[in-house]
Amino acid sequence: MSAAVAVGILVAGGVFLILQRGLVRIALGFILLGHAANVVLLASGGMSTREPPLVGDGVPADTADPLPQAFVLTAIVITFGITVYLFALARAEGDDDDTEADP
Amino acid sequence: MSGLTMPLSIALPLVAATLLAVVRRPARPRRIVLLGTLGLLLAHHVVLLVAVADGAVLATRIGGWPGGVAITFVLDTFSALMLVATSLLALVCVWFAIAAGEDERSMFAPLVLVLVAGVAGVLLTGDLFNLFVFLEVTLMPSYALMSMSSDRARFAVGRVFVSISLLTSTVFLIAVGLVYGIVGTVDLASLAGAAADSPPLAAAGAVLLAALAVKSALVPVHGWLAETYPHASPGVTALFSGLHTKLGIYAIYRLYSLLYGGEARFAWIAVGVCVLTMAVGVLAAFGQRSMRSILSFHMISQNGYIALGAVLAAPAGAAAGIFYLMHHMVAKASLFLSAGAVEHRYGTGRLASFGGLARREPLVALAFIVPALSLAGMPPFSGFLAKYVLVRAAIGQGQYIAAVAAVAVGALTLASMIKIWQSVFIAKPKDDDRHEAPQLTAAPVGLVAPALSLAAVTVILGLTGDWLLALCEQAGRGLADYTAYAEAVVD
Repeated sequence: MSAAVAVGILVAGGVFLILQRGLVRIALGFILLGHAANVVLLASGGMSTREPPLVGDGVPADTADPLPQAFVLTAIVITFGITVYLFALARAEGDDDDTEADP
Repeated sequence: MSGLTMPLSIALPLVAATLLAVVRRPARPRRIVLLGTLGLLLAHHVVLLVAVADGAVLATRIGGWPGGVAITFVLDTFSALMLVATSLLALVCVWFAIAAGEDERSMFAPLVLVLVAGVAGVLLTGDLFNLFVFLEVTLMPSYALMSMSSDRARFAVGRVFVSISLLTSTVFLIAVGLVYGIVGTVDLASLAGAAADSPPLAAAGAVLLAALAVKSALVPVHGWLAETYPHASPGVTALFSGLHTKLGIYAIYRLYSLLYGGEARFAWIAVGVCVLTMAVGVLAAFGQRSMRSILSFHMISQNGYIALGAVLAAPAGAAAGIFYLMHHMVAKASLFLSAGAVEHRYGTGRLASFGGLARREPLVALAFIVPALSLAGMPPFSGFLAKYVLVRAAIGQGQYIAAVAAVAVGALTLASMIKIWQSVFIAKPKDDDRHEAPQLTAAPVGLVAPALSLAAVTVILGLTGDWLLALCEQAGRGLADYTAYAEAVVD
């Protein structure tokens, strides 16, 4: 339940920011959306089992599913890369990052 | 033949990309490495296609890890066909880019090679999460290719392209999480037919398909394509037209047949989307004033045709759709390349700036009219055969509205192609002499040859398309029955 609420709030904030005109805000919106996706991925492995998934360490029934964690790591790296690219795009046009219609 | 060489399709372009990113000169060996790599890939993919032409499925686990843990690559007839088509297009489009001097931008070659590696990854992977990863691998270099030129309009275009792709990827990633939460696996082979008795999975699959529909520019989420594609440089537009949206379509074919295979309850929604896409794309094209924006809207319209093949029940529908996909990739890239040759020569693609090119540029005119007629579905070109098998499959399955729409939209496509033909190639030259510069006698053959060679392919496919049709039927059977696919992955 808490994961669902967190995803809802993150997506709401992300969508609000993406609909703004400034590219920096759009990029921040994508960061929030990316976090929402990461929470969904983590929740897909089950929220109740949280012990570190290390071999020979702890009870297998209590350890977290490592696969979604690997997914999230990959997704974080990708989102990070694209976010930096978005910021670079915002900067490439000088100080004004407004998204205007083409003349 | 075993599938052990499959990872080379990804490794080879990545190694070449690294090399070309570091070694910046001289230009000639760089071009040889670039074209040589793409040529080798094409040869490799043809060998792979021959190995799976009889419906066999090859699978390999990277690094020899046991099943369930390993990253698997799977090759069936459909993905092999796509591999051959995409690597052929990449080769021809890069050939054009070199002829037009587009490869002189320092990172062009490495970016294209990474894009090609990502495309091979999408087509080979047997795992939903890696599908997402490889889609990202194709997108990253595309962002840079899209906004590589520094004029202001293209930065704005780059924004649209990055934002829409990022949004799509995020939705896709969320859907992958949903699928994993419901089924506990992202292995494609173990998802086969799973949505039939699991409504939550069917809903998660719908989110996947929605994200892929954006990628494939299906109505009502098509606007971004016409906003962005015409503004990239001509060679890049042709490359993207052959690789990007087609990957979305490939994934739609794969996932639709895998998750919902033969389920007819919601087919009316999908048929509706396809018919709308066909109609909206072709009608919107009438309002456009430049060659490549007209062609971009036609691409949207044609994507509707191709997606229709995924929606019609396999194997007949899928076989027709896959044949249409093969024809469309060749014809559309040829059109973009001939339009690109004109634009490269005259510095504009606006219809109003031209006239009478047919006499001055007979080769370009030929390279345009052949794929244009093919796209509109005229015999004896491949478009006629493609449209015929698709309409026949639609009628055979009682989708009469879709069949009528396919025929009607074909006529409108022809009208639109005639509009370009008329104003660019036939009409009297305009009064202003800006384009009458004396050195412009005719475009060099090298610039037109890529478009001409693809035009030749569409003629050959139109006259002797039986072998490809047989391959497509084999691919369609593979999509209708995933038993062989699952067995290959488990072994």
